[in-house]
Amino acid sequence: MEFRSHRLDNGLSILAECNKRNYTSAFGIFVRTGARDEGPEIGGVSHFLEHMVFKGTPRRTAEQVNLQLDEMGSHSNARTSEDSTIYHAAVLPEFQSPMIELLCDLMRPSLRESDFETEKKVIVEEILMYDDQPPYGGYERAMAEYFGDHPLGQSILGTVPSVEGLTPESMREYFRRRYSPNNMAIVAAGNVDFDQLIADAERCCGAWRPQELGKNIRPAAPRTGFHLMVKPQSAQQYVLQLSAGPAAEDPQRFAARLVTTILGDESGSRLYWSFIDPGRAETAAMGNYEFEGTGLLMTVLCCAPEQTQDNLIELRRLQESAFREGIKQRELDLAKSKIVSEILIASERAENRMFGVGGNWLKHRPYLPSDEVAQLFSDVTLDEVNHILKQFSLTDCTTLSVGPLTQLSMAS
Amino acid sequence: MENAPVLFEHRFDNGLVLLAEPMPWLRSAAFTVLLPAGCQYDPPSRFGLASLTCDMIQRGCGSRDNRTFIEDLELLGADYGVSASVYHTVIGGTVPHTQLGETLGVFADVVCQPWLPSAQLDDAKMVCYQEIRSLEDDLAHRAMHALRMRYYGDPLGRNSSGQIEGIEAITIDEVRGFCGSHFRSGQTVISVAGNIDWPRLQDEVGRLFAPMPSGEAPAVAVSPPSHGSEHISYDSQQTHICLAYPSAAYREPNYFRARGAVGVMSDGLSSRLFYEVREKRGLCYTVFATLHSLRDRACVLCYAGTGADRAQETLDVIVQQFQRLREGITHDELTRLKVQIRSGLVMQQESSRSRAASMAGDWFHLGRVRSMDEVSRLVNDLSIDDVNEYLRDHPPLTCDVVTLGPRPLEIPNGVP
Repeated sequence: MEFRSHRLDNGLSILAECNKRNYTSAFGIFVRTGARDEGPEIGGVSHFLEHMVFKGTPRRTAEQVNLQLDEMGSHSNARTSEDSTIYHAAVLPEFQSPMIELLCDLMRPSLRESDFETEKKVIVEEILMYDDQPPYGGYERAMAEYFGDHPLGQSILGTVPSVEGLTPESMREYFRRRYSPNNMAIVAAGNVDFDQLIADAERCCGAWRPQELGKNIRPAAPRTGFHLMVKPQSAQQYVLQLSAGPAAEDPQRFAARLVTTILGDESGSRLYWSFIDPGRAETAAMGNYEFEGTGLLMTVLCCAPEQTQDNLIELRRLQESAFREGIKQRELDLAKSKIVSEILIASERAENRMFGVGGNWLKHRPYLPSDEVAQLFSDVTLDEVNHILKQFSLTDCTTLSVGPLTQLSMAS
Repeated sequence: MENAPVLFEHRFDNGLVLLAEPMPWLRSAAFTVLLPAGCQYDPPSRFGLASLTCDMIQRGCGSRDNRTFIEDLELLGADYGVSASVYHTVIGGTVPHTQLGETLGVFADVVCQPWLPSAQLDDAKMVCYQEIRSLEDDLAHRAMHALRMRYYGDPLGRNSSGQIEGIEAITIDEVRGFCGSHFRSGQTVISVAGNIDWPRLQDEVGRLFAPMPSGEAPAVAVSPPSHGSEHISYDSQQTHICLAYPSAAYREPNYFRARGAVGVMSDGLSSRLFYEVREKRGLCYTVFATLHSLRDRACVLCYAGTGADRAQETLDVIVQQFQRLREGITHDELTRLKVQIRSGLVMQQESSRSRAASMAGDWFHLGRVRSMDEVSRLVNDLSIDDVNEYLRDHPPLTCDVVTLGPRPLEIPNGVP
């Protein structure tokens, strides 16, 4: 296995973890742009643009794009988050060059008006779909309540009115501003010919002109509070709780991930034994979200409505006891073993490694092979883990609950 | 391809079957255990017995109580799951390959020496109720389950999570009786793929599962389905549309022909449903069709979720596309599909978990494992005439439809 990197004159980064033992190659184009780069007047444009990218370029119709992706037998998709947009495809190594040529071409889309109106309908359907699914828009509302007017509170999908209000011109302007080569990377992993990758990237993207990139990383001022959204049709009650965590660049993020594993992994964690094992909740889990400049820890619960109040009290009790008494060495050892094994198993797939390499680039972090990531987790000490609980209070949080309950109060 | 795959199989004296495929380029090993203890065996007033049993067998086994059970697996680095399907209780897991033997040892205790503690029965029931209530909020799942019940009838169309009333009535003796009569080696298969040493694996599995009682699970009566259409009224944003029509089961000679026809409808971004329903008309975000195979019967299941005001048009376009399918598929469509299937097979080389699962599935459906080369050959040999002849002889004419949403839809002409 070998890590290689290169930068074109226009600033486009090319990164690859080459491993000839892989049967497949995974490629991604990573763009450092997402909902946090939008502003309310163009809410949802990053995600809408992600769809429009597949609608064709001056050299290809949308139908040709889809045909070509299928002709290469690719497993391809795209995703948009608060701070990134990623286009990715896994293929057999023989399709490396045509896949790179296609992905690069897609990054200069036509953004035709007729396609724009048809695709807008698909986006509205996607929003309606999530409105029908638990937690019924609760994630977006919780992020908005937690971050206030900070750009990270911006919804990724946008709302039906914000998407319907988008115009091709506003999307083109956003595209020019954000899809600049110095804000993008071609990332590859698996069975990859890196010299060929550079040559193809130079040929396809060398003429792209870089733009001046504005910095949009202002500190967050998280808010606390309790919010209830009533959804009478829902069978279960859902709770999301957001509190501060380490930012993407913070070395404490490894310790924080161990904390959420110990407290809130889906099996064997403190939340598991308190809520899942006795059947008090269907879901009780914690996760880490890391952004540039800020991070958060999220706890989610799904349970019967009549158990929710008691469960909120129990959750608070667990959080206070973790703060007071800390973590035990045995818990830390179990969590390390679990995470290290997860990293090892995931690293077998070229696609997972591509996301690992690209994820570090997105967050301005250096490349790390998976064995070194595993080692960083293994090296975390009990003091470091307990320090996380002191530094990032779980009880200073925004709590949002969605479900049939019309009354619910935060445990204090 | 380097490291050409080798398949091993062995039947132990008690009837247990072990299958293995070494994948020495991986650092993991994965296993699937299929026990003849699926929800098809739930007695009529005890829907959920298999699901409850899945939870109970993890509450202590061998020398471990429920906490030690989970901690031991965490220390081994096992990523695992236990669930009930229609036919089986399925145990699946992936571990660093050095931990395979010990991990199989834990699950041998789950199968051969589960504690089934009566003191934890109420907790386990609560876990099942939570799951049932959460599935009520999954509208696509609700609609699809109603369709499967309509198409396959009982018990093959069942949802393994069961029903609250059924679970409430279950006693600890019934759980113990279910394990006793269904955790039998005669129809149990264990498949292992990954970085493994066959002779050692064979020894370990033989020793670990030797206490498993022999014999087979009792036969199950299958009642006839109630074909037709149904609307479930629900105040939702989207209408969920589900259709089913007959197709070829995995064990039938026509399977790959039928699979080819469905692939043209739904595999990939250039498939007919994706193009006609989503790309051209923007009618929905999710639309797909898939060939769902049980052991001796199968159907094509199709799903679309769409805003209530465009649901009728969506259903009409989907039905038109299935009607058009009777006219046959094109050479280009088949060529693209073959590349996609071949690519998917190669990608399986990077996942011990998916290979182990396919091997166990093959054994259940066929009584043998198809090597990846054989599947590749079967797909490559598929001709346009094969698929079109199949479509001529088995046109998608009859179809069951279930919709869930604010308003019922008009079932288009051509659908009885």
